[in-house]
Amino acid sequence: MKLLELQSVHYRINRTEILRGIDLNISTGEFLTIIGPSGSGKSTLLRLLNNLNSPTSGNILYREKNINTYVPEALRVQISYVFQKPYLFGTKVIDNLKYPFKLHSKEIDLGKISALLKELNLDEDILQKNIHSLSGGEQQRIALIRSLILEPEVLLLDEITASLDPVNRSMVEDFIKQLHQRSELTILLVTHDMQQAKGLGNRTLYMNQGKIVHDMPTESFFGRGIDGELDKFMSGQR
Amino acid sequence: MNIFSLSMASLLMLIPLAFSKVQKLHLEKEILIGTLRAVLQLSAIGFVLKYIFNVNNGLLTFVMILIMMFNASYLAAQRGKEIKNSKSIAFYAISAGTITTLGILIAVGSIEYVPSQVIPISGMIVGNSMVAVGLTFKQLRQNYLDKIQEIEVKLSLGASAKEASIGLIRDAVKTGMMPTVDSMKTLGIIQLPGMMTGLILAGVSPLVAIQYQILVTFMLSSAVSISAFTSSFLAYREFFNERVQLTLERK
Repeated sequence: MKLLELQSVHYRINRTEILRGIDLNISTGEFLTIIGPSGSGKSTLLRLLNNLNSPTSGNILYREKNINTYVPEALRVQISYVFQKPYLFGTKVIDNLKYPFKLHSKEIDLGKISALLKELNLDEDILQKNIHSLSGGEQQRIALIRSLILEPEVLLLDEITASLDPVNRSMVEDFIKQLHQRSELTILLVTHDMQQAKGLGNRTLYMNQGKIVHDMPTESFFGRGIDGELDKFMSGQR
Repeated sequence: MNIFSLSMASLLMLIPLAFSKVQKLHLEKEILIGTLRAVLQLSAIGFVLKYIFNVNNGLLTFVMILIMMFNASYLAAQRGKEIKNSKSIAFYAISAGTITTLGILIAVGSIEYVPSQVIPISGMIVGNSMVAVGLTFKQLRQNYLDKIQEIEVKLSLGASAKEASIGLIRDAVKTGMMPTVDSMKTLGIIQLPGMMTGLILAGVSPLVAIQYQILVTFMLSSAVSISAFTSSFLAYREFFNERVQLTLERK
């Protein structure tokens, strides 16, 4: 099923064009990795899908309806976004995990919280810890759980492992991979890490200067003889 | 006090002028203009008030209060220039504080609806509300600039504009109320407030003067809290568009 569709999406801030005509179809259960140089519009694309910004022109359809027809608060639960820099609020870790339930007047599911903590290799003691006592890796894992707790249909991940050490990075990667395998979750992952792009996901987008330059199955993308600017980008980033 | 003694007292203005000249502060022109304006404005308002008090017309009194509220809103909005609709928000907030407080004072019989009582009291209320609204605006905008990431994270989790901003709104209300709360603590210890001083100078017993001052303290706390609260709760919406997106530019 066509879950998300972008039709000639443009996004401009003042006179700077960030996205220049994005056309894209995403089906349920797909796992897209999005790569490209800094400033190519990758994060902006995720922000538009989470409805934190709206396109300057063009349409974004979710379940074949323009996303502007959905209530933004409800839409953002369905299309959930994890930021590059984890931001925890309140005092204790538990405040962050209870927050989504409270927002949507749902009963707090401690069982689900425990299960996700376990999957991400975190002790339950962490719930009572002060947010400032957590390492960067722990903070990002908590932020990930916070975005997953209400079971979104689409998960947008914006370079979430960029500031993690190799051990934490591979733990988070394994978790995302398993999560995708066992559920119908559609994932869009922005990354600068080529190994990550190769190892995760089944479709790769390469963006440059606000456009999608390549869009193909991950296997073919990394299997092909790469050309010109892409070659330069990838050899620089690898 | 007579006109002669007042004229002699104006010699006090030579002190700041002398300081400015000797220390090269270049404030002479400003001090002279300021002094002249203060004398002219106060003389004019003296005549206007005398006229209004004599006419003793309810509607005219109300118009006078309205003018004060308009002017105060305009000045308070200067502190929140970047906030859309800041003038109308300031007007709603200042009038909510003024009318509610004034209404209660009249209803409980603390004051009568006569110009000689309502106008000076309104002046105090409007002036303090104006400061509160200006501070609230300034703090609210600063909070949004500082907490842009927190707000966006909360929005991304499905929070409404109000749910994402509640901490910032409360902090701005607190800032708006702070000067009034702080000055309450020092009343009578460090400062003898203007109204009380005026009454004592005019020959009223200090025991009567303090009753008025206590009344003023109550009414200012009430007015300031209503104005700060109203302005903050109306202004936060202006930071979002209809799609619940933050309209401030990301740093």
